Amino acid sequence: MPTLVSHPDEVKVVSRRFGMGAANIDKYIELDGYKAVQQAIAQGPEMSNWIINTMKASGLRGRGGAGFPTGMKWSFVPKQSEKPKYVLVNGDESEPGTCKDHVIFLHDPHAVIEGTMIAGLAIGSKLGFIYLRGEYRYLLKIVEKAVADAYAKGFLGKNIFGSGVDFDVITQTGAGAYEVGEESALMESLEGKRGVPRIKPPFPAVVGLYGGPTVINNAETIANAPHILLMGGEDYAKLGTERNGGTRLFGISGHVERPGVYELPMGYSLRKAIYDVAGGIKDGKKLKAVVPGGASCPVLTADEIDVGLDFDQMGKAGTMLGSGGIVVLDETVSIVEFALRTIAFYQHESCGWCIPCREGTDWIKKTMTRVYNGGGTRKDVDNIQYLADNMMGRTFCPLGDAAAMPTLGFVKKFRKEFEDYIDGHKAGTPIITVEQLVGAGH
Amino acid sequence: MADVTFTVDGKQLTAPAGTLLLEACKSAGIEVPAFCYYPGISLKAACRMCVVRIEKMPKLQTACTTPVAEGMVVQTETPEIAQARKATLQLLLGNHPLDCPVCDAGGECELQDMTFKYGAATSFYAEPKHHREEQKWSPVVYYDRPRCILCYRCISMCGEGMDVFALGIQNRGSSSVVAPNVPAQMSPDDLAHVDCEQCGMCIDACPVGALTSGTYRYKTRPWEMNHVSTICTHCGDGCKTTLGVRSTSDGSEIVRGDNRDKSGINGDFLCNKGRYAFDFANNETRLTQPLVRQPNGELKPVSWEAALDLVGKKFRELRDTRGGKSIGVIGSNRTTNEESYLLQKFARTVLGTNNIDHHRTADYVAFAQGLAGKAGLTASLNDTLTAPAIMILGGDPTIQAPGTAWNIRTNVRNKRARLYIANSSEIKLRRQAKAFAHIAPFSYGALASFIAGDDSATDSLTHAGADAASFHSFRDAVRAEESLLVLIGSEIRGADLKRLLAFGTTMPNRKFALLSDYVNSRGAADMGLLPDLLPGYTPLAGNTTFAEYNTPSAPGLDMLEIFEAAGKGELSALYVVGANPISRYGVDPSSLANTFVVVQDMFLTETAAIADVVLPAANLYEKSGSVTNSYGDLQLVSKAGDRAGVRTDFEMIVRIADKMGANMQALVPFGKGTRADMGQSRGAQSGEADRHAVWLTANHLEPKLSPFDPFAILDEIQRLVPGYNLMRLQLLSGNDQHLEPAAGNLVQIANRRDLVLPANDSLFTSGTLGRYSAMLSDLQHNESLRPPTGLTQIQTAAD
Repeated sequence: MPTLVSHPDEVKVVSRRFGMGAANIDKYIELDGYKAVQQAIAQGPEMSNWIINTMKASGLRGRGGAGFPTGMKWSFVPKQSEKPKYVLVNGDESEPGTCKDHVIFLHDPHAVIEGTMIAGLAIGSKLGFIYLRGEYRYLLKIVEKAVADAYAKGFLGKNIFGSGVDFDVITQTGAGAYEVGEESALMESLEGKRGVPRIKPPFPAVVGLYGGPTVINNAETIANAPHILLMGGEDYAKLGTERNGGTRLFGISGHVERPGVYELPMGYSLRKAIYDVAGGIKDGKKLKAVVPGGASCPVLTADEIDVGLDFDQMGKAGTMLGSGGIVVLDETVSIVEFALRTIAFYQHESCGWCIPCREGTDWIKKTMTRVYNGGGTRKDVDNIQYLADNMMGRTFCPLGDAAAMPTLGFVKKFRKEFEDYIDGHKAGTPIITVEQLVGAGH
Repeated sequence: MADVTFTVDGKQLTAPAGTLLLEACKSAGIEVPAFCYYPGISLKAACRMCVVRIEKMPKLQTACTTPVAEGMVVQTETPEIAQARKATLQLLLGNHPLDCPVCDAGGECELQDMTFKYGAATSFYAEPKHHREEQKWSPVVYYDRPRCILCYRCISMCGEGMDVFALGIQNRGSSSVVAPNVPAQMSPDDLAHVDCEQCGMCIDACPVGALTSGTYRYKTRPWEMNHVSTICTHCGDGCKTTLGVRSTSDGSEIVRGDNRDKSGINGDFLCNKGRYAFDFANNETRLTQPLVRQPNGELKPVSWEAALDLVGKKFRELRDTRGGKSIGVIGSNRTTNEESYLLQKFARTVLGTNNIDHHRTADYVAFAQGLAGKAGLTASLNDTLTAPAIMILGGDPTIQAPGTAWNIRTNVRNKRARLYIANSSEIKLRRQAKAFAHIAPFSYGALASFIAGDDSATDSLTHAGADAASFHSFRDAVRAEESLLVLIGSEIRGADLKRLLAFGTTMPNRKFALLSDYVNSRGAADMGLLPDLLPGYTPLAGNTTFAEYNTPSAPGLDMLEIFEAAGKGELSALYVVGANPISRYGVDPSSLANTFVVVQDMFLTETAAIADVVLPAANLYEKSGSVTNSYGDLQLVSKAGDRAGVRTDFEMIVRIADKMGANMQALVPFGKGTRADMGQSRGAQSGEADRHAVWLTANHLEPKLSPFDPFAILDEIQRLVPGYNLMRLQLLSGNDQHLEPAAGNLVQIANRRDLVLPANDSLFTSGTLGRYSAMLSDLQHNESLRPPTGLTQIQTAAD
């Protein structure tokens, strides 16, 4: 189990129970657990509106990476529906460099359950699913125990908290496909089909799981809901910046002194996050680059880190806040190697549905492998850029962009390094073999 | 839905709201390329070729998934779009083998066309292409993964279209492959196979040469063939099939069948028989010379002249000595309307007999009489695609009429038609049915009574463990339908059928169809290949329509009576045209020992083998004319193949009549006042339609048709046969037209003998003819390899 880290600049909302044994239901209750859901139920007929308005006021934006306002998403679900409505918690945390949902499930699983109930009450659903990444099998036990404990207490099941409303929660794990982190592919997977995304529109709020209106939220987003109801939407919003309410979990990894998951206010400086919160570059080396929000975000150079960590500021900086996984690279890192590792991941994870992603990731990886192995030419760098350019915005789902964006970032911002590598590297003498680098199975 | 107005490439267009942009563009003549889009199946948006620029949208959008909206402004061809498409093609071609010079699809490949259009000629990949070995999935389906662009059309065709689900995707990303449902690990021969209906729709849908057909692959290039649209000879749906024909040293050979142009009554559908089972024409046992039995009992090839002389002389002699009543005539379910009409006219006016029948596969006489005098109550095959509710009583369209089954599935899938099925077997279409009434075996009579309102019939309908109440709710649901198409299987006949129709016609908005088994089963009945009825179900007695025939008014012998008469030594001659009654009816050949038997056939069938004279016949693909499907839809048959030595049944009948000294002008009114040209003038050998002459007729000019031209008699069919008031230009331009020969006031004949004998063909058989198709034999053999109890059995055995 990873050691918990802490820093004075942290503002702990969703992480407030971390390390306090809140996976135990009694401890969770002691720490204000299941209060928010009861408070919502106490609103009587106004419950749904009250929840949605509070969420809207909080300015909470989806923590999965796309940053869609959560309250608005919940309000899109039709009040009346012939088909059952569902709440779906996306715990298929797979973006390389991201490890925040993992700590929530580990330390505070009841917050996810309570958040699921709140979302259910808001949209009029009676059934929630918690979809956990397949590789998080060791967390499944914790989550399943939490669900069982909630049932044992009578918090889940029939007539929850005397509301007259029934609510059930079912847990499910994936089978190891990154693509299933995409919301509609996750629904396909949950329905027992191939994890391939769906055509949108219709969006899940209208036609989702089993054809019913569905709210699907990232686990961190959902875990925030009880806290927001308890502290009030406006107060939560004030913690962050304009249009970027609240706080967020950032998983800082790579060449820093104190890697770990930190909860920082939205808009917090990236430079401070690296140099203050995470303790700066390890062993006194120099910073080379930062991948700021999971592997799919375009890289920032050492000169580009004076930017606030919120959706809008990061967008202006030409990258993304993404999933909050900040990967810090020091001067020893070969960008060629790093770029190859990145595209190898997306090539391996491409579901293969659409041509640009299926073939594009494959050819970029092949070309980059040859470059890495010393058989590249400068023209290859152009070709990689051409391929990535022609994947951008052309694929069926965001996975294609997720592969193209970082690739473009690497070859544009570090073109000279690629060229120097090609010019100075003798054919057939890789630093380590490609198999060692990306795994033999890739 | 309300219309919306939008702009595409500067043109203002209007289409109903909700129309897909790609379809709206197509309707306006604007081509938007797409690999994965295929009308009628689920949207994929996978190939990204149909990307277009829509104003106010940040990215290029796929036209195949975007519904048109009011005020939308769209560009479909800009440098940006061309670049996007080019890049997609470059990606595809990166792993494509580019073996176009030997690929079946070369010349008719969508990938080739798009590459040509967008010029994706440069490749910048240094790495080797993915290679995988080609797989033989069945005798008719081969898969070449390197050529595959993963458009998923085949998978949807098989799953959504055919409800077979034999194909799926295996692996992920660039390793993805289309995989069949019998994986190598579970297959007896360690190779992957499809366990399916072998319809080949996957091959038609394939935009490239990834899926190829066992009968056609590596045989020819598309541009070396002529493409002839004609009607499939096999089932009663009468689907259009486009035959690819190539010249050979002794005629012209059909090398493939498909319906990729999506034309005809069947739209884009074709089943395995329409697609592959034309190959009987090339069977090496095919007869190409007339055979005459010698005194020593052997059949010996003779010249046409000698054979026809003999038949003419014998027929005349036997008619004149023993009377027309001693001669029997058996017609075919696979000859054209013109041939069937001519045959019965020849029998009645030249041989002077009503002893004429055919293998009846459904009771069209009762059907016609049940609907007598009521116009507009028969359904066209087209109705199965659009009817809001359909009831199927008996029959199994999936096997017996695959085109009908396809239409029904499409209708249920895309238009949410409600399907009701009552059957004694759990037929496959029940999976699309809203309600399925599982009736007891042999209780179709009770079913007809029950549907018509007789509640006591439930006793006979219900079998052990069944609930009578479910039949009531079934009937209530059907009756509540405001509009209903009723498809009736051949199980319901005679009085039962009439009772059902009598009730049905009292309900508003009902339409009926009776399913039969072969391409012209309906036409054979319509054209009067019946001992007791003239063409158009006209009674023999007291008819004025066919007064010019001057025929005997007493009913002749039916199929069984003909052979009974033979057994009693009362049959002097038997003339069999395209039928195999010896096998079909289990006739003892020795009963015909004293009968002069003449058989026109392609092969030495059981019936031909006992004949005194065998005349080698052309098949439906080697002649022109018209056929009428089960529903009463009339369509044009066009000559595709050719074989030296054979003649059409039409020509043979005419020539025999001529040899008998018949009045040819009266038999085939081939010209107004012109002398019969019995020689070798145009069309004489081929029997082709003389379209020039048709135009002359239409313009009241004198046609000069050959007497061997089936169109010479079309005039008379049109003039005399009730219900066949067809539109010639519709027919000749290849359109189907629905006919209702039952619309007139028919005299009811009670207590007719039930001589309906369903063919009971499987998906891979087609009567006697099917036995001569090598591909159907292969498919039957392939079926026999299927493990008897499914895949789990193999797994256990392997353990």
